[in-house]
Amino acid sequence: MNGNNPIELSIAVVILMGTIFGFLGSIGFIRLPDVYNRAHALAKSSTLGVLFVLVGTFLFFLFEGHFSIKLFLGIFFVFLTSPVSTHLICRSAYHSHVELAKESVRDDLREALEKDTKKAPALPGTLWGNREGEINN
Amino acid sequence: MIKGILFVSLVLLIFSILATIYRLVRGPSAPDRVQALDALGIYLIAGVAIFSVYLKSTAFFEVILLIGILSFIGTIAFARFIERGVVIERK
Repeated sequence: MNGNNPIELSIAVVILMGTIFGFLGSIGFIRLPDVYNRAHALAKSSTLGVLFVLVGTFLFFLFEGHFSIKLFLGIFFVFLTSPVSTHLICRSAYHSHVELAKESVRDDLREALEKDTKKAPALPGTLWGNREGEINN
Repeated sequence: MIKGILFVSLVLLIFSILATIYRLVRGPSAPDRVQALDALGIYLIAGVAIFSVYLKSTAFFEVILLIGILSFIGTIAFARFIERGVVIERK
């Protein structure tokens, strides 16, 4: 690494941009008031940030003359699974009755679920009826 | 110069991991903590990638792939556990 190769310098700047995105996401993860808001802040920006960092690493070793299929698979897998896992966490948070923030003004998912449980009558003891019925709908 | 930029990126990443650990300890509900663990895995992946550029070594790419896969499986299992109360449902 001889100091001022322009390709390596631009790759380092790409990696720095990725970590800045991740840092902003983590600030949102501390400061926002709600599980859903925090997931919203974290999922987008940290996925984009780690994608920038991994693509920068991939390009660095590509210009070194070393094509790494493992790193390519890592990029693909992180890009595919990070939004899915955040979606599943938010879904489980909503179904385990985590409260929304006090500043929230509307809750569209609740209205949709209540409309669904009017179609399929609710079992006693559950708030929105049969969970398997929700999945089949 | 390049090592300096990579060092600054690692410092920013340390602050992000500290924020995540704060939410992991403090977080008011269980999905917060699971989200924090997921983000911790993602930041660890970024840190390993930056270190492999810093050391110019390709030895850590298996670590990136493995942390990605294991963090995803752990998050899925925790989300199912929070939602249903079980991880694997038996009929």
